[in-house]
Amino acid sequence: MNGTAFNRHGVWAIYRFEMARFLRTLLQSVLTPVITTALFVVVFGAAIGSRMAEVDGVSYGAFIVPGLIMLSLFTESISNASFGIHFPKFTGTIYEVLSAPVSAFEIVTGYVGAAATKSVLLGLVILATASFFVPVTILHPLWMVAFMALTAVTFSLFGFIVGIWAKNWEQMQLIPMLIVTPLTFLGGAFYSIDMLPPAWRTLTLFNPVVYLISGFRWSFYGKSDVDVALSLAMTLAFLLLCLAAVAWIFRTGWRLKH
Amino acid sequence: MPAVISITGLTKTYAGGRRALDDVSLDIEHGEIFALLGPNGAGKTTLINIVCGIVNATAGRVAVDGYDIVREFRAARARIGLVPQELMTEAFETVRAAARFSRGLFGRPPDDAHVERVLRDLSLWDRRNDIMMTLSGGMKRRVMIAKALSHEPRVLFLDEPTAGVDVELRRDMWALVRRLRDSGVTIILTTHYIDEAEEMADRIGVINHGRLIVVEEKLRLMQKLGKRQLTLTLQDALPALPPELADWPLALKANGHELELTFDAALEQTGIPALLRRLEQLGISYRDLNTRESSLEEIFVSLVSERGQGRA
Repeated sequence: MNGTAFNRHGVWAIYRFEMARFLRTLLQSVLTPVITTALFVVVFGAAIGSRMAEVDGVSYGAFIVPGLIMLSLFTESISNASFGIHFPKFTGTIYEVLSAPVSAFEIVTGYVGAAATKSVLLGLVILATASFFVPVTILHPLWMVAFMALTAVTFSLFGFIVGIWAKNWEQMQLIPMLIVTPLTFLGGAFYSIDMLPPAWRTLTLFNPVVYLISGFRWSFYGKSDVDVALSLAMTLAFLLLCLAAVAWIFRTGWRLKH
Repeated sequence: MPAVISITGLTKTYAGGRRALDDVSLDIEHGEIFALLGPNGAGKTTLINIVCGIVNATAGRVAVDGYDIVREFRAARARIGLVPQELMTEAFETVRAAARFSRGLFGRPPDDAHVERVLRDLSLWDRRNDIMMTLSGGMKRRVMIAKALSHEPRVLFLDEPTAGVDVELRRDMWALVRRLRDSGVTIILTTHYIDEAEEMADRIGVINHGRLIVVEEKLRLMQKLGKRQLTLTLQDALPALPPELADWPLALKANGHELELTFDAALEQTGIPALLRRLEQLGISYRDLNTRESSLEEIFVSLVSERGQGRA
């Protein structure tokens, strides 16, 4: 290869390797989120939802579907990407990637691309599962896919950073458990933030997850807690923040190189 | 022909202040087998890891085939294959998938014929569909070499390649290294087995406390720094060295039964004929004599301990 060409074979090798691991564990990778979604939809949507009024003109069961998909996208993206980079760091096989003629951008494209692909696939599986139980409509399918892909890439980047930051497996679980899941539950995944008292509503607007869920839900039902343009801007801002952090990590070699 | 690897003023200080490399400069020639020797912690692996891009240098410059390893890292790294010291493999990957992955990672298009050739060369073809965790340590070592060769590197780094492998595999590896050298690949190996360097290397570099203390062609090194010994087995034991033999650096061994003369291997005038004549004059008769040269191991030990004492 010459001195400047994009190493597409390298990116493809990383991507294919990561996807192969996903396919090796296909059953547990798909079955777990499908069962979780089915339980959420049945328990919240059918059992509790039947006693609740519609939210923004949408039945409660259908209302929570975008939030459920987002919850899975967040957790799966973070876990896939963090595992993808942490495992070779843990076993030492990272030496090969670090010594290969692949740029930081190409490494990230391979790992994050694979993690995001897996998350989007799971998101679509969850959407299909939920459609069995509740009537789901998608008013803006292209925006739905765009929000899904953007969120998957952003949180995979975030997961990639977590995987590099973490010194052990316990730390890897820390960020998803202590930060992402609470922010998702408090970010309007299962309710509209309009249902909150004004003070709590204002506080909730500091939660970045609100914007992601709101924009995604808009692509389904045309209703949102905050302006869609603001949702998109916040998602892009988080994406840029993660990109800047990854660029810094590779420039300094932080927790990758001595 | 310019050096295939050119290292200038390379220094590495780890966070915490430990200086692993101190102003190391070294040129590796095309197509040679270069052995880097040194005690544990001398800086061998740090040097390799910097050239391969795994560790950042604190100061200095490295070029591979004229390409700077930082500014032109793609061209530089594409020419290098690395077999690290530790056995590090993905447990659930098959042997063939691992080699294909490495080839792709280094920017080369798929070439199953080449991958097959490499696996056959390393006696791995029959195990190509086995997953890594089912392989023995020796087999994993072979896989790591196969991965390093899968992208047809021009320079191969072997960091302690035969540590913990059995005699048969070690001989296989030596044969492979010679074949690679014959095909034009430059080999840089570190080893604790000095006999391995003595057997294989064209040139030797000795590193200690992060400093390169000697770089020399193997034969010249052994000639320059080696010692030779003449041992005479005496007919009758001597109680002490006669003063008439004071002109020679002699030692009396084996309870006075052996007379040992040590001299530089490079000396043209060894003084042996004159010694033998003097013994005859003194009526000291001997029934056997033999000479031996010091091994590379003895040279290495004396080099490292001399410099170590020099630092103390």
